[in-house]
Amino acid sequence: MSALRDSLRGRVWLVTLAALVTLFLVNLALQPNLLTPNVLKSNLTVFLPLVLVAIGQTYVILGGDIDLSVGSIVALVNVVTVSVIAMTGGETGGILLGIAAGILTGLACGLFNGVLIAILRFQPIVTTFATGIIFGGLALRVLPTAGLPVPAGYWRTYAGNVLGIPTVLWIFVFALLAIAFIARRPFLTHLMATGGLRTAAFQTGLRVGPIRIGAYMLSGLFSAFAALCLTGETASGDPLMGRLLALSSISAVVLGGTALAGGRGSAFGSLLGALVIGMISNVIFFAAIPFEYQTLTTGLITLLALAGGVLVSRR
Amino acid sequence: MHRARTILTDPLVLAALSILVLLGLGEAVSPGFARGDQIVRLLTVSAILGIVAAGQSLVVIGGREGIDLSVGALISLGALLAGNVMSGQDGNILPAILVAGGVTFAIGIVSGLGVTVLRIPPLVMTLGMAGVVQGALIAMSRGTPSGNAAPTLMAFVNRPLVFGLPGILFVWALIALAMWFLLRRTTLGYAIYAMGSNERAAEFTGLPTRRLRTLLYGLSGMFAGIAGVCVIGYTGNSFISVGDQYVLPSIIAVVIGGISLAGGTGNYFGVVLGAIALTILQSVLTTLQLEFWGRQLIFGAVLLALMLLYGRTRQLRV
Repeated sequence: MSALRDSLRGRVWLVTLAALVTLFLVNLALQPNLLTPNVLKSNLTVFLPLVLVAIGQTYVILGGDIDLSVGSIVALVNVVTVSVIAMTGGETGGILLGIAAGILTGLACGLFNGVLIAILRFQPIVTTFATGIIFGGLALRVLPTAGLPVPAGYWRTYAGNVLGIPTVLWIFVFALLAIAFIARRPFLTHLMATGGLRTAAFQTGLRVGPIRIGAYMLSGLFSAFAALCLTGETASGDPLMGRLLALSSISAVVLGGTALAGGRGSAFGSLLGALVIGMISNVIFFAAIPFEYQTLTTGLITLLALAGGVLVSRR
Repeated sequence: MHRARTILTDPLVLAALSILVLLGLGEAVSPGFARGDQIVRLLTVSAILGIVAAGQSLVVIGGREGIDLSVGALISLGALLAGNVMSGQDGNILPAILVAGGVTFAIGIVSGLGVTVLRIPPLVMTLGMAGVVQGALIAMSRGTPSGNAAPTLMAFVNRPLVFGLPGILFVWALIALAMWFLLRRTTLGYAIYAMGSNERAAEFTGLPTRRLRTLLYGLSGMFAGIAGVCVIGYTGNSFISVGDQYVLPSIIAVVIGGISLAGGTGNYFGVVLGAIALTILQSVLTTLQLEFWGRQLIFGAVLLALMLLYGRTRQLRV
């Protein structure tokens, strides 16, 4: 048993993967048409925003911090993007400009968080809660009520295929490539050192401040990607979008085997964790559990999964 | 000069100053804001937040990243249970308080066991527990509000009892006194600080840290449940997400009150002032008749300003 635990140490995502496969098989038994391309694609479309936000959240948590503002960043990026597209008329150039504006917004939000926390030494939980309120307020300033549709070119591309492969699958693959790219940069090692033992990292000469800011900017960037996906899914602006993403993304990160204390874990694990959360709600939906017990069942399964994840990954 | 600086950055002084400034601001914007009965009204609203924050303070002082995110769901649960036990009858008030406080205490203990025995990080454990309780609330109420407050409870929370003050303020004062006594005058209190500042050292001195920490989560649950009884006394009825609005404010009140989220320091009197300051701030922002986004922006900015003054973390360069 302890040998098993030893071999799993550092590869907690294997356990998450096993849970995901199990849930997938249960889902397949309950919903026989799961393997048809359309159903798989619609599942991926639903899961993708949480997957992206959870990847970004992982980097912040690896650095020993936390980002509760991701939901508001998603809302702000969404309204900025749809507003810029509406202002420029909705041609292809305008759409690209809107996307660029959204990505810059996400990066700016991350930079703001990072500077407050890493340079001014603000407490991460309370600070990102406060900046989340500010970003949410700004989103309501940009677009007071839900509406303002995006041009058909945007959501048709998102729902359709590029070179014969669904756009959502492309985005998923790009997310995997991004994880692999970041995993091969010295940045990730430095970030994990910063999260593991901050004082030691500082004393070995690592520039701890910029590293933590970088993690927050990655979180902002991936939140922006998630917002662009949600914009493609809903085809309009909504200043209250993404309300629950902060807490679900933290659950996904923990399910993926990343330690909340920082320093240990992987973005790939969080990606699997986000898929597990999505599959849990799928299974509960198809298991014909009475409506009033669905939230309770989801809560219990999530709590058990979180406890299991922590038990396997702890040293 | 140095001394003046120390006094000015003392959380208690700072919170008290913020309260005075906010009251002045409110009075300037809308004359009558700082009138006696209005202040009593503000204190009544602060009391509910303050009672939740009492439990939150204990968990945070106890250390090891202590935090309780399940208080919102437990407030809603306390309100639902109390409302159904009371069903509008004065005679059922005591059983209602016992049921609400007892069940939430038991749930808090379960969270505490998850944190201590299974060593699940508090943030994750209490977040997961919040999800479970939220689900239980939906299953119990089937989505429709149920239960009524008894008239005497509503009068106790809303109407003047003695000296023009409603009964809930006396309850809050008693809780503050009990918190002071617990933390400063009992060995249990010193054990909580010891555990919060250095858990290993506390263990080596023979403190039963697991049991102690489990108890803290139980108490936090119980305070949330009692706050739930106050909520239903304040509004007369409840809905299943009535407690959600208190979760993060309870943590902010703790931080404004000068308790470090790292644990081991601070006291409840700062948190009392913090809860009052936070409530008045929200009230002033409502009075300003700004658009919602403007209020949000100012609220966030004020929180950040407070962080700048004394919510900062340790410097790496010594």
